[in-house]
Amino acid sequence: MKLTLRVWRQQNAEAPGAMATYEVDGISQDMSFLEMLDTLNEELILSGDEPVAFDHDCREGICGACSLVINGDAHGPERTTTCQLHMRSFEDGDTIDVEPWRASAFPVVKDLVVDRSSFDRIIQAGGYISAPTGTAPDAHATPVPKPDADSAFEHAECIGCGACVAACPNGSAMLFTSAKVNHLNVLPQGAPERETRVLDMVATMDDEGFGGCTLTGECATACPKGIPLPSITAMNKEWLRANRKVRR
Amino acid sequence: MSDYTNYRTGEPLVDAKAPTGPVAERWDTRRFQAKLVNPANRRKHTVIVVGTGLAGGSAGATLAEQGYHVVQFCFQDSPRRAHSVAAQGGINAAKNYRNDGDSVHRLFYDTVKGGDFRARESNVHRLAEISVEIIDQCVAQGVPFAREYGGLLDNRSFGGVQVSRTFYARGQTGQQLLLGAYQALSRQIAAGNVELHARTEMLDLIVVDGKARGIVARDLVTGKTDTYFADAVVLATGGYGNVFYLSTNAMNSNATAIWRAHRRGAYFANPCFTQIHPTCIPRTGDHQSKLTLMSESLRNDGRIWVPKAKGDDRPANRIPEDERDYYLERIYPAFGNLVPRDIASRAAKNVCDEGRGVGPGGQGVYLDFAEAIARMGRKKVEEKYGNLFDMYARITAENPYETPMRIYPAVHYTMGGLWVDYDLQTTIPGLFAIGEANFSDHGANRLGASALMQGLADGYFVLPSTINDYLARNPHTEEIDAGHPAVTEAVAETEDRLNLLLAVDGDRTPDSFHREIGELMWEFCGMARTEQGLREALDRIPRIREEFWRRIKVPGTGEQFNQSLEKANRVVDYLELAELMCLDALHRAESCGGHFREESQTPDGEAARRDEEFSYAAAWEFSATGDAPVLHKEDLVFEYVHPTQRSYA
Amino acid sequence: MPLASSVVSMALATRADRRPSMTRTLWDSSVGKKTIMAVSGLIMLGYLAVHMLGNLKIFFGSDEFNHYAHWLRTLGEPFLHYEWALWIVRVVLVAAVVLHAVSAYQLSRRDLRARPTAYVHKKARSSYATRTMRYGGIILALFIVWHILDLTTGTVHTGGFQSGHPYQNVLDTFSTWYGNVIYIVAVLALGLHVQHGFWSAAQTLGVGSATRDRVLKTLANVLAVVLTAGFVSVPVAVMTGVVS
Repeated sequence: MKLTLRVWRQQNAEAPGAMATYEVDGISQDMSFLEMLDTLNEELILSGDEPVAFDHDCREGICGACSLVINGDAHGPERTTTCQLHMRSFEDGDTIDVEPWRASAFPVVKDLVVDRSSFDRIIQAGGYISAPTGTAPDAHATPVPKPDADSAFEHAECIGCGACVAACPNGSAMLFTSAKVNHLNVLPQGAPERETRVLDMVATMDDEGFGGCTLTGECATACPKGIPLPSITAMNKEWLRANRKVRR
Repeated sequence: MSDYTNYRTGEPLVDAKAPTGPVAERWDTRRFQAKLVNPANRRKHTVIVVGTGLAGGSAGATLAEQGYHVVQFCFQDSPRRAHSVAAQGGINAAKNYRNDGDSVHRLFYDTVKGGDFRARESNVHRLAEISVEIIDQCVAQGVPFAREYGGLLDNRSFGGVQVSRTFYARGQTGQQLLLGAYQALSRQIAAGNVELHARTEMLDLIVVDGKARGIVARDLVTGKTDTYFADAVVLATGGYGNVFYLSTNAMNSNATAIWRAHRRGAYFANPCFTQIHPTCIPRTGDHQSKLTLMSESLRNDGRIWVPKAKGDDRPANRIPEDERDYYLERIYPAFGNLVPRDIASRAAKNVCDEGRGVGPGGQGVYLDFAEAIARMGRKKVEEKYGNLFDMYARITAENPYETPMRIYPAVHYTMGGLWVDYDLQTTIPGLFAIGEANFSDHGANRLGASALMQGLADGYFVLPSTINDYLARNPHTEEIDAGHPAVTEAVAETEDRLNLLLAVDGDRTPDSFHREIGELMWEFCGMARTEQGLREALDRIPRIREEFWRRIKVPGTGEQFNQSLEKANRVVDYLELAELMCLDALHRAESCGGHFREESQTPDGEAARRDEEFSYAAAWEFSATGDAPVLHKEDLVFEYVHPTQRSYA
Repeated sequence: MPLASSVVSMALATRADRRPSMTRTLWDSSVGKKTIMAVSGLIMLGYLAVHMLGNLKIFFGSDEFNHYAHWLRTLGEPFLHYEWALWIVRVVLVAAVVLHAVSAYQLSRRDLRARPTAYVHKKARSSYATRTMRYGGIILALFIVWHILDLTTGTVHTGGFQSGHPYQNVLDTFSTWYGNVIYIVAVLALGLHVQHGFWSAAQTLGVGSATRDRVLKTLANVLAVVLTAGFVSVPVAVMTGVVS
């Protein structure tokens, strides 16, 4: 396959960025999208140019590092991570636009690499259960109904890639935040910190400069792990409940 | 050709920290003997933890909970992305919730035997004891393990054992356990007890007066090289499987931290013990950048086969039942498809070498779920393995519910690593290695669902107890002077190396060298090794290294975000580590676990151990690049599990 | 292994110790502000439903319609003074409109700040109603001003505004082309706004769920269609001469 790539190049956070156009040839349908970029980068290095910087690590769809907006879609046309997107989703001769996640809470580091530490700070605000090592009772001390365990798992699948923010027209992190809130709040182990967790995580999410939710549903459509939109509804409910309870 | 193979054997190593007495009491004994640091004094101690995977994340969180000041590093943009996240199958624990005859002793026995009698009994027993606490800890943290309708935890069985002791969270157990540790760590970051440096990569170890006192690390965003000082340094930087270029490791997993520590005096043990995982998706072409694992749990219900006839290129569904060879079930009737990884991998290689492999290039075998779907129904199969099937379909564009999957072995885990004593301390006082970075618990082969167990055992329970002893005995009161010769030398060496990489301006990319060394290692130090092949590899590696320093091209500068520079610097270390791996493989003229020497096999082609000569851990001491290292042997004593030729028939 | 927590301080700096008041939290949080929008939106929606039903009385002739308008002013008597009930409703409505609009404005500002650089490759996928919430809201706000000046105060009314004769006033408004255009455009905008707004409010208030989603969406559609049809029927009737 022969492709035209238009890629966002930006030297660092302060520098202005622009799209640059590259031609790549000899692309196999079996390549992953990132392997296609590897091919481009090998050529760029040999011609003395700087390769396109992009985040990637596990390349099996679980670490959440890869983060490209491809033709306007976070992670591209398939519902998966960029690393699991294969070139068979494109046609020979296509022009493909590649951009970074765009959000003020995700400033660009270089080219397609962004800083997602705001997500870490949301977790630090309460996305945990306080269980210091050594304090745990036997694992079977508290049975968890299977539907609750399954629901917790479904939300815990979030890989923190940020596609939800990238896809949201408002740059909102509600789906990310709600995934963690729901994972922990549905479990009996998470109950003691249920109220403070949701209040503090939402407050930090706001402080980090993410937009608000207008329930466009773009986040859930882009989510490679299928975190559902009702997750946000459930968090809203938790938040309202917590707001009543925490002052009682 | 250098005299690299002309190594000297030095003083034997003795694990001075392991207590004697009944194996079941040793951990208690050690914990009692270990000195403690007064809780009020702990915040005066700084501990550097490099890496935020299961071992590093859990250690950082726990040390901070205990009151230590922790300074933690990861090269990823977030601690949550460490490659432990990719572990699929599960985590073992001797809970015996299934009442199927499991016990701490059985887990201990299985692990020593599975490791082909090349692990320490004391360490393995401790691991088995702690396994039980890990599950409790993780459940308390909210790790959503699979549960049954009664609300209790579900278990499954895993390769190499006959009990159901594996706890799991669908096919994402590693992710869920890592998020548990990450969340615990996040809590400590918020509390100010952990100072986290993300996108910061350790490039050297600082050893002052014979003790590990800090690291040199590069901020990957600004390119700035900086020094960080502490009272002890913990390496939790994972394994070195990426030496092979193609492996199931993450793209950025690397050996630099442990290799630089090795160069500073930490012995490297059993580097040739690498694990080839039997169930990976075969490669599709030269563009392949990494390999993807399919959880071994698939072997619980999938059946592995190849056509009986050579070169049978009919589609799988058109090959009748009586023309299929379910070779694992045939050769190992007792364990069938659940034999340990090394055995399953080698068997796959053998049938492919016979010309009976399937798929492109004949480098694959079938993993067939037709029988399982007929038995349990498609819905049940979907529930159990749905996400793995989806992943396979996405990568290969084939539907595994209808056509059998194709799998082939790939490098997955490295049992070797920095030599550590019972306290997980390396041969450099104050330098600890935990998780896959050390060599301790898996011997020559790791059983499925044991890596997560070991990483968390080391991080949550072992290190936080044993590091107290070191810190109590080494109360560093004076600050390290940044002008200390050991510090300036480490910084200068690092900066010189980076500058040289940028200055060569040759005509080959870092990746091309990585690929070259990887292919060489896969060919000569992969699934089957011979003296002749290893000698050839040892002959070629110095030449590749020489060519590297002549022809490497790294664009850009060192004062910026520069992924080519990161990569090139990692390849530098692969080019040295590869040599040591080959030497270790050459010197160990026996077959054991993941190390298969063709010269040492039984008449029916099984690995033949040579206990009289090789019942030791080989710990190598660095001398200089390209110069022969010094071998230190730590004799392994088996008081409880007596070495026998492993039999899974 | 756990240590005496008095010695090793493990107290975490959560916000628990300095938690602001509930009102403050509602107003400061994006989720809280959405809650304010949801509640104020539902209040307005309730009012609109009543308003629309009242409008339909125009089909029963001027007496009945004018009588209804008068009754609104005497509602609650003798407990309430003349027009008190109406004023209470007006105050509540003004409060709802102001809260709704200010929240929307502030949230929109936040949203725009959150994405300072636009994507080069643009792609819109969400529904038309969802994408037009902001513009629709602005149209509705402008309409409300005109609507009050036209039919409540009579300031911009054409044809001689007569207090106490709403039937004739309505006929006047809908006998101009621009009166019809403004009204119909606004009502269509209202329909779209309600369609996404009602469902969205349900999500914000946490009453939505995967199983209830279809019911809520259907309800939102029905509300949107009924309100639009009800309101539009009046100018259409005037234009076609059904009401004269």
